[in-house]
Amino acid sequence: MSVLDREMPGVAMTPDNIRRRNLPLGTNLLIVVAALVVSAVVVLGAGIGNWLLVVVLASVIYLVGLNVVASRVEGKRAARNRMWQTLIYAACVLAVLPLASVVWTLISKGASRLDGDFFGSSMANIGARDPNGGAYHAIIGTLEQVGIAALIAVPLGVLGAVYLVEYGRGRFANTVRFFVDVMTGIPSIVAGLFILSFWVLVVSKWFNDGNPEYSGFAASLALSVLMLPTIVRSTEEMLRLVPGPLREGSYALGVPQWKTILKVVLPTAAPGIVTGVMLAIARAAGETAPVLLVAGGLARINFDPFSGGQASLALYVYQQAGDASKYAPARAWTAALTLVALVLILTIAAKLLARRNKLTR
Amino acid sequence: MGDYPFRSENATAGDLGVTSRHAQGAGYGVPPSRYEEPPIGGGGALPKKSRFSMETGFRGVSTAAGTMVLVIIVAIAIFLISQAIPAIKADSENFLTYNRWSPNEAVPAFGIAVLALGTLLSSIIALLVAVPIALAIALFLTHYAPRRLATPLGFVIDLLAAVPSVVFGLWGRDLLQEPVRDFSVWLNHYFGWLPIFGGEGPFGQSIMLGGLVLSIMVLPIVTSLSREVFQQTPGMNEEAALALGATKWEMIRVAVLPYGKPGVIAAVMLGLGRALGETIALALTLGITWEISFNLIQTGGNSIAANIANSFNEANDTGRGALIASGLVLFAITLIVNMTARAIIYRRREFRDSAA
Repeated sequence: MSVLDREMPGVAMTPDNIRRRNLPLGTNLLIVVAALVVSAVVVLGAGIGNWLLVVVLASVIYLVGLNVVASRVEGKRAARNRMWQTLIYAACVLAVLPLASVVWTLISKGASRLDGDFFGSSMANIGARDPNGGAYHAIIGTLEQVGIAALIAVPLGVLGAVYLVEYGRGRFANTVRFFVDVMTGIPSIVAGLFILSFWVLVVSKWFNDGNPEYSGFAASLALSVLMLPTIVRSTEEMLRLVPGPLREGSYALGVPQWKTILKVVLPTAAPGIVTGVMLAIARAAGETAPVLLVAGGLARINFDPFSGGQASLALYVYQQAGDASKYAPARAWTAALTLVALVLILTIAAKLLARRNKLTR
Repeated sequence: MGDYPFRSENATAGDLGVTSRHAQGAGYGVPPSRYEEPPIGGGGALPKKSRFSMETGFRGVSTAAGTMVLVIIVAIAIFLISQAIPAIKADSENFLTYNRWSPNEAVPAFGIAVLALGTLLSSIIALLVAVPIALAIALFLTHYAPRRLATPLGFVIDLLAAVPSVVFGLWGRDLLQEPVRDFSVWLNHYFGWLPIFGGEGPFGQSIMLGGLVLSIMVLPIVTSLSREVFQQTPGMNEEAALALGATKWEMIRVAVLPYGKPGVIAAVMLGLGRALGETIALALTLGITWEISFNLIQTGGNSIAANIANSFNEANDTGRGALIASGLVLFAITLIVNMTARAIIYRRREFRDSAA
């Protein structure tokens, strides 16, 4: 008998303990069943809750039981490993549940008003007892506002990223980069308040005989404030992926830097930039708060984004959700389904485009 | 044979003059006055740099675009302050500690005490629920899941981030409210002796509901950033831990989590920023009250952002100013939270290039 065996029995490797023993799957399932039975007996027997509490209590009992049984079979450390693994797997299932629920509710509740009337008419002259009414005006509003916001934010964002990657050196560029990151976290309602106090309450009075003018254009200004940092950030990341030798080759041919950027760097990074822009547009299309504050929320069709107010799809969902009419929830859910479809199509298209991008990290 | 000229005859045919010119001292044949212009025939191919060109123009435009971000942030502060000051001056109560909101009266009286408390409580609940789950998902995606499963699951989490907040709000109000109400009644029955679960009801549109909806919206942010951070754990550290006989969980605990700690803290703070500023989901799920109360399950609760969305339509000039003032507080808080988070990320250079 060696010293080691005398001091710490069970540490030295013998043919008996050299192979790790595993908890058989059957035992594992047995613990599941036992936990369910015990918790059902406790909960339903004492009458302190319904099946949900049974499941919750069963999972707690299962974890404890698993820990006890596994530490007898496999040892303490392996048992703890197994417990954490179970917890991590459970968390993933838990996270997918709400998404599945949202998708299911959207489809089941949103399908009821998915008709031509919904996409062909507005809410003008729709009273509380009218079952029809549609989101045509809101769809127009969303498309126009997001389009104008993109027209403003994309050139600014791409140029800003060009500055950060190609020209910016030293302290000032670092400050700009830092605040771009900080700006991605600005709440959308604050962007709305900013445009309210800057454009609607101050600037628009100059064009409108001293009255504040709520308009779709103000909404697109707010959306562009929200889009700008996202676009700068994603474009910057893409520009950094453009290989240096490409630039150097261009310089070596005597091409000036601005032309190199326009003709070599930007085209190379274009697919990635487009992906980032599409993601930013998708996010902007779903924003409610800024539109609520500055667009005016008009119920009839207005093609003019510069005067008279507009609605948007997200705002329409919010308005219908707060409406007392018994037909409003159906309209809200159908509009939500339309909005999610629009946003998800943009997002998925952007991700697929990203997959074809040849610049990778 | 005679067709080829002898090499020796022609050896210096072309460059004799050049050599002889080079043989002279520097500047010998060039009068000093002509130094400004390039010498003819040698070294003058580059055009003179002009002061105004496309290059400087393009550089200027892109610098201006980069500066725009700073301009916007400063402008937000300036315009919010300029609109908020008249309203705060008109306020007959203390803006920070008063707990009612009636800025549209003849004598405006409003304060953000209830709003700030509600914002804080709902954000805390959101983080308490979302952060453990988000970290577990990030660990699952980076260390447990096979590649075939990790890619689609990561994609699903990204989609979760893309769903507009108004949809989550609608879902929370129309669908989640029932189970949360049942759960609240149960909590109240068995844990009613705790002040946060006390009260006589009605239950349902409570801080708890708002916090749970918020947690679903915070989840993707925390997940995506911590996933990036966990992915960057040096493989050497992980392998060293495994080589010492650590189990997978021990490896994660000693190698992955300590390495990712600053990144995780930053991710949580970014999630907090998102939760603090979330508007529409809370406007739809909270039942608005103006009582200062720590009760989580009774119908009630309010938040700064939700209050802006709810009271904007009835607001007159002072009311709008009051809402802008509360928005200014929100802006300041989220700015501080975000700057802290980013500063933590920037300290670790490895994390800097991960986008979130």
